[in-house]
Amino acid sequence: MTDFTQSYTAPRRSFGQLALRWLLFALLGLFALFYLMPLFVMVTTSLKSLEEIRTGSLVALPRDVTFEAWSTAWSGTCTGVKCEGLRPYFWNSVLMTVPAVFLATLLGAVNGYVIAQWRFKGANLIFAMMLFGCFIPFQVVLLPMARSLGILGLAGSIPGLIFVHVIYGIGFTTLFFRNYYVTIPAELTKAAKVDGAGFFRIFWSIFLPLSLPIVVVTVIWQFTNIWNDFLFGVSFSQAGTQPVTVALNNIVNSTTGVKEYNVDMAAAIIAALPTLLVYVVAGKYFIRGLTAGSVKG
Amino acid sequence: MTEWLERHVPKMVLAPSFVAVLIFVYGFIIWTGWVSLTRSKLMPKYEIKGFIQYDRLFASPRWDTAMDNLFIFGGLFIGISLILGLFLAILLDQKIRAEGALRTIYLYPMALSMIVTGTAWKWIMNPGLGIEATVRSWGFESFTFNWITDPNMAIYAVVIAAVWQASGFVMALFLAGLRSVDEEIIKAAQVDGIPTWRIYSAIIIPSMAPIFLSAFIVLAHLAIKSFDLVIALTGGGPGYATDLPATYMYAMAFSRGDIGQAASSAMVMMGVVFTIVVPYLYSELRAKHD
Amino acid sequence: MKKSVFAAAVVASLVASNAVKAEPQAEVLHWWTSGGEAKSVAVLQKEFADNGGTWTDMPVAGGGGDAAMTALRARVLSGNAPTAVQLKGPAIAEWYEEGVLADISDVAEAQGWADVLPASIAGHMKCEGTWCAAPVNVHRIDWIWANADILKANDIAMPNTWAEFNAAADKLQAAGVIPLAHGGQAWQDATVFEAVALGLGGADFFQKAFVDLDMDTLKSDQMVEVFDQMRKLRGYVDGNFSGRDWNLATAMVMNGEAAFQIMGDWAKGEFLAAGKVPGEDFLCVSTPGDGFLYSVDSFAMFNVDGDDKQNGQKLLAELIVGKSFQKVFNLNKGSIPARTDVALDEFDSCAHTSAADMAASNSGGSLLPSYAHGMALRGAQAGAITDVVTAHFNSDMSSAEAVQMLADAVANSL
Repeated sequence: MTDFTQSYTAPRRSFGQLALRWLLFALLGLFALFYLMPLFVMVTTSLKSLEEIRTGSLVALPRDVTFEAWSTAWSGTCTGVKCEGLRPYFWNSVLMTVPAVFLATLLGAVNGYVIAQWRFKGANLIFAMMLFGCFIPFQVVLLPMARSLGILGLAGSIPGLIFVHVIYGIGFTTLFFRNYYVTIPAELTKAAKVDGAGFFRIFWSIFLPLSLPIVVVTVIWQFTNIWNDFLFGVSFSQAGTQPVTVALNNIVNSTTGVKEYNVDMAAAIIAALPTLLVYVVAGKYFIRGLTAGSVKG
Repeated sequence: MTEWLERHVPKMVLAPSFVAVLIFVYGFIIWTGWVSLTRSKLMPKYEIKGFIQYDRLFASPRWDTAMDNLFIFGGLFIGISLILGLFLAILLDQKIRAEGALRTIYLYPMALSMIVTGTAWKWIMNPGLGIEATVRSWGFESFTFNWITDPNMAIYAVVIAAVWQASGFVMALFLAGLRSVDEEIIKAAQVDGIPTWRIYSAIIIPSMAPIFLSAFIVLAHLAIKSFDLVIALTGGGPGYATDLPATYMYAMAFSRGDIGQAASSAMVMMGVVFTIVVPYLYSELRAKHD
Repeated sequence: MKKSVFAAAVVASLVASNAVKAEPQAEVLHWWTSGGEAKSVAVLQKEFADNGGTWTDMPVAGGGGDAAMTALRARVLSGNAPTAVQLKGPAIAEWYEEGVLADISDVAEAQGWADVLPASIAGHMKCEGTWCAAPVNVHRIDWIWANADILKANDIAMPNTWAEFNAAADKLQAAGVIPLAHGGQAWQDATVFEAVALGLGGADFFQKAFVDLDMDTLKSDQMVEVFDQMRKLRGYVDGNFSGRDWNLATAMVMNGEAAFQIMGDWAKGEFLAAGKVPGEDFLCVSTPGDGFLYSVDSFAMFNVDGDDKQNGQKLLAELIVGKSFQKVFNLNKGSIPARTDVALDEFDSCAHTSAADMAASNSGGSLLPSYAHGMALRGAQAGAITDVVTAHFNSDMSSAEAVQMLADAVANSL
């Protein structure tokens, strides 16, 4: 990368080029500020005492940094009769998200493989129909889905939530894998078939090993969507299976009680930590995964 | 037998997902269409009563506002996110030293739920607490940024927050696209002395057409899901100035016990999505095949 | 022989355990999640546990119960209804009509609810003659909260009419004080609107317009005046009111930025939490005009299977209306008990005013259900009215236009 840089930027820059460079950095910095501002407000607010929030400015740095709001949000604040903070709900979210991401990704991989490499009549129509499924507003499916879960005996359970998230995740995961696999030459499959390899064998030993970049992309996408979901979480859970977003909502959105903004903000950050972590840690692989071909339609 | 199996395995593998989509997407759309023809109130009823829900819908001034907002919001959100995302990607592609850090900063909003985004921006854009108050405290007494409290501008405030959330993701898509452009072609163009902006506009950007499809699908999907954002940011207000079809539908179905009305609004909304998305998908998928 | 003895013993023990009563169970769906509210509910949970019950908590906050109602619909449709649900007003009857509510008449009759609840409140708890919900409290909506120091400094008395209020507000505005602290959310606009309507139009007008939905009243000149007053009030709020949470508006009164706030009695909790004293630091008076707008929180029991759950419902209903819970809960929540025979010694002066006014208006016929808080109308109609109120308040629509829109919206919602 560095070699390439030097090969096409002139070794000695003129004044104009230098000014342009500074302008570039100024622009990038400005945008960085724009993107960081809300996080800054959230973090500083979570570190202030309630008294300071009532009296001070929103964008000011905290006078006395206190982590009390954080510990309250994690294990002390009331989300109903129980005042155990977000902790119990966090585990529900993990139990729901991990299997749902795994299943949706697996199904997406197999579907994408079929649609991209084993084209049959109508495959494109099926793909288009699955894609359109990505656009259905979730509010529309709430009531019929509730009835269906009741019939299936999954109402109010974590398997029920997993089921719903897998169903409405297939569209996107199939899209990702299909777009990735479509760039792999069809000759590869043909040659493998000639060698006597079957459908699953080709998938298992040729396609899956090539899939790491797109798996990363899909997992990040699914993980964020499912972890952050509130509507399904609130509708298809019952006492004991509510995910962390529902608990966060209970803390932030109470109507007629006293509001503790520092706890609200700390809770919001805690609830977002797993997804933030995924983006920060896996962000590099994310770009790499996208580069590896998923974006080539 | 094995040959037959071998031939049909791909279809059989695809079948469960397809059946699930048939039932849980298309079946539910049909269900919604049916309910929209009834007078369902608190709970769904199945006795058909004609098109009265649609008459009520089109007589509602609030629904008019919601539809106008959908076009303003959807158009601006998708348009600005695409342009800003591409712009940022090009800036970042200039061999920046801190690229990794900047990329993460631009990208992280996508990790947050829209509820969190909405809450944070609600504070920042509040004239008495956020930007306006801060700039005024620096001595610029006449500085005004009160979009969120102005019924005519509030929908644009929603656009700002939504763009903040999604533009970094679009940047990532485009950056990936820029990185996968054949370097040989660029080098050749540079050797020929073609200016950088021409290289971008004539060679690189046109080669990224497929990325526009991916970005469009992701953005359109988010625009429809912006329900959470509106609820957290403005609650649909001031008045109902930032109502979107999704918030209208939700209000009717769940806080007003008017499920028939909600179903009719859902059908109209899906009709709009259908007429915009399907031709686009069709042309893109067709082009691929040729 | 041995076998049959064993079987008989098993049968006997089963019969015995049934006779002993299955242990009460309850899954309770509610939206009281913030600190003070949650503590209030915890009181109920504790009493429930002390009586041998097992309480499973199902809290869903947001939108004044909207999110909880979403969850409730999904739960009922999936055949997995919660045992008890926080429900209020005409929504109780709506759910009853769906055939999903349990009858708790035997508890109500055994406990003599009819004797201790005011008739109008008892009316909300009955569906076609049977008892179908248990009341928890009475919130008064038409309160006006004031900063005592500001009023003193500007030599202003608590207004008794809306004209007096306007005069006071003009004076305050001239003195550089924000007259009215307000949060521009639809439900807050509606809260102010109904207080104005009651004050200007009187009890009869309110009843006809917002309970009976009488078209002539909705289109009357009196209604035009109500919107005129709303337009005046719009001039008394500050520029940043849009989307503000109600408690931030309360804080403005507390901190001396604003003089008045029109809000239900949960606002008292904010004052008290900040260590303010009623009568000294802040004043609580009913909004100008006669009458009393109430909002009663209650719990309805849903049809569920199993003796344990049904016993849980009975126990819960009994405890909710019980004297001790009514006292402790309402001390925490800022409201007053629904039953009239609870001693109010430990309550503050605002609560005493509230209880006295409720008794007086009950006999005077001006004890009215709040439309803005879901006591007077079903969701579709109340929502339609609120749409117009908030659209008018947040634009430059004329009062005549608003009245026409109001009539159209109500007609369209039926």
